[in-house]
Amino acid sequence: MKNFLKIFSLIILFSSISLSTQAAEKVEYLKTDWSFKGLFGKFDRASLQRGYQVYTEVCSSCHSMKYLSYRNLAEKGGPEFSEAEAKAIAASYEVKDGPNADGEMFTRPGKLSDKFVMPYDNVQAAQAANGGAYPPDMSVLVKARGGGVDYIYSLLQGYEDPPAGVTLDDGVYYNKYMYGNKIKMANQLSDGLVEYSDGTRATVEQMSKDVTTFLMWSAEPHLESRHQMGFKAILYLIILTILVYFSMKKIWSRVETEI
Amino acid sequence: MSDHEYTPKSKFGKWFNDRLPLLTLANHLTDYPTPKNLNYWWTFGGILTFCLITQIVTGLVLAMHYIAHADMAFDSVEHIMRDVNYGWLIRYIHANGASMFFLAVYIHIFRSLFYGSYKAPREIIWIIGIIIYLLMMAAAFLGYVLPWGQMSFWGATVITNLFSAIPLVGEGIVTWLWGGYSVDNPTLTRFFTLHYLIPFLILGLVVLHIWALHVPGNNNPVGIDIKKPSKDTVPFHPYIVIKDGFALLMFMIVFAFFVFYTPNILGHADNYIEANPLVTPAHIVPEWYLLPFYAILRSVPDKLLGVIAMLSAILILAALPWLDSSKIRSAVFRPLYKQFYWILVADVLILGYVGAMPAEGLYLLVARVATAYYFLHFLVILPVLGWKEKTLPIPLSITEPILGGSPNLATAKNKESLNN
Repeated sequence: MKNFLKIFSLIILFSSISLSTQAAEKVEYLKTDWSFKGLFGKFDRASLQRGYQVYTEVCSSCHSMKYLSYRNLAEKGGPEFSEAEAKAIAASYEVKDGPNADGEMFTRPGKLSDKFVMPYDNVQAAQAANGGAYPPDMSVLVKARGGGVDYIYSLLQGYEDPPAGVTLDDGVYYNKYMYGNKIKMANQLSDGLVEYSDGTRATVEQMSKDVTTFLMWSAEPHLESRHQMGFKAILYLIILTILVYFSMKKIWSRVETEI
Repeated sequence: MSDHEYTPKSKFGKWFNDRLPLLTLANHLTDYPTPKNLNYWWTFGGILTFCLITQIVTGLVLAMHYIAHADMAFDSVEHIMRDVNYGWLIRYIHANGASMFFLAVYIHIFRSLFYGSYKAPREIIWIIGIIIYLLMMAAAFLGYVLPWGQMSFWGATVITNLFSAIPLVGEGIVTWLWGGYSVDNPTLTRFFTLHYLIPFLILGLVVLHIWALHVPGNNNPVGIDIKKPSKDTVPFHPYIVIKDGFALLMFMIVFAFFVFYTPNILGHADNYIEANPLVTPAHIVPEWYLLPFYAILRSVPDKLLGVIAMLSAILILAALPWLDSSKIRSAVFRPLYKQFYWILVADVLILGYVGAMPAEGLYLLVARVATAYYFLHFLVILPVLGWKEKTLPIPLSITEPILGGSPNLATAKNKESLNN
């Protein structure tokens, strides 16, 4: 058993090293308490809905969300808009469909099954409209950046005047959390930019937190069921392990040897 | 194999067994005499079997939904994550399962190194194990390419480019591997095919690995030959089954923690960016389990020699039974080897660490020293230790060191001096 604990602690050590090397060489990001972290982490429903509002009113003019469908907005574990609300949201977009029986393409109001409408037709169009920089698709953005949610949250609030000696080209901005500090996206958020219907004050900090929460959900739409299932699975495994441990003790008691 | 003949009790059983002796096999597996002093380091064989089966089962399901096409692979993975029922669970088990598989295989290999399990008469078991390990690395690399993220694409580019180091035919081989002039759709489809094939090759080799194990039987922490069956052994079932089961459950708790709570921690964030041949990531790093070899590769300034060094670092293990000249198996009775063993463990961990860091400055220097030491350990230290080292007396049987103060101690010492 002693030996066993050694192995077990070795594995724990290995995991913590892997966790800490991930955290190494990173800038200190701004911290906030995320409701979705931890064993029972869940999304803050209201924050997700506000985050969706920030996304539609601010980000969506440049950034696509190609893996999300309007139906996702009403699904469990997400912003959980009512189905009627999600339908209304979908219907407010014009979706290109076709060809119809005459071979013509046509536009129609969006349906729940439609993917989020993209701001540009293709990558080239997006680049042309943004000075050569492609605004990345935001569906899995949180998982595609080393610092994850903390990085996105900090980046949105990291705009400042460049320090002396740093010259910036046209259309390039200084952000202290950006890799290399130069970013082609201008500061988008300012206090009171959006008007939250639930009365929450739309500070830059609040909007950053809400939209980052929304991005976390879009990258991990099943996060809540993952956490719930994980807790049950691990609890089940622990109970089973204890039972098996005692049966093992019983079986091995017939043999004069330590286990 | 079991010494006694087995006859099934039922008439049908006997009829069947005469034609296909499956029942004899089952009986052999349950009765298989196993040393009773096996510690928990020995449970990783069973854990590895579990890992292999898990990877095959989850992989089959993923293959039903995955599309091996350069334009659709990334999307199909997101489709699995979002729209396939429990697709996220299957994929996270498969992705983290690869890491768990390697974690277990490294413990298994280092257990073998510590207790001298590779020595006669178990050389074939060991060599089959090394082939399995090589195939695992191939499967892991190929599998990492399939999501077609940035790290997939650039990892594939870097690794396949290693073949261009071969003189004269190198470039041709790389083009042949790619199926074109760069990593592209033909590369992806063939990688998918091979990724699907290799686990079944591994499965076949695992059967051989276990078969070869069942001829001499398990080594044990004391490292002595034991009579089978005797009071030193227990039947595999239920003793080892329950113990392996207990260890496996503990392992599954760690596994589950990764899958459910930090599923992406062992992967690289860049792999959630779709592959883009026009943008090179800032640092191209392989998965953690390949880092020590990556460090060796980069520590040699010449490309061809680097590739040779990396391959030799793995292949040298196959020659281990003949490089280690000591007749004593277990490090428990080899005071000097024990120290060198832990230095080697530290050396490999250091290699892994510098493999993750940029190859420059101090990191490069450390990588070079660690690489040199790695080869020194196998090529110089092990052969010399065998005839220089003063080993401790080994007991005659497993029961003896446990009961203590055995009258056989004098005989044991005699035997040990004969060995020297």
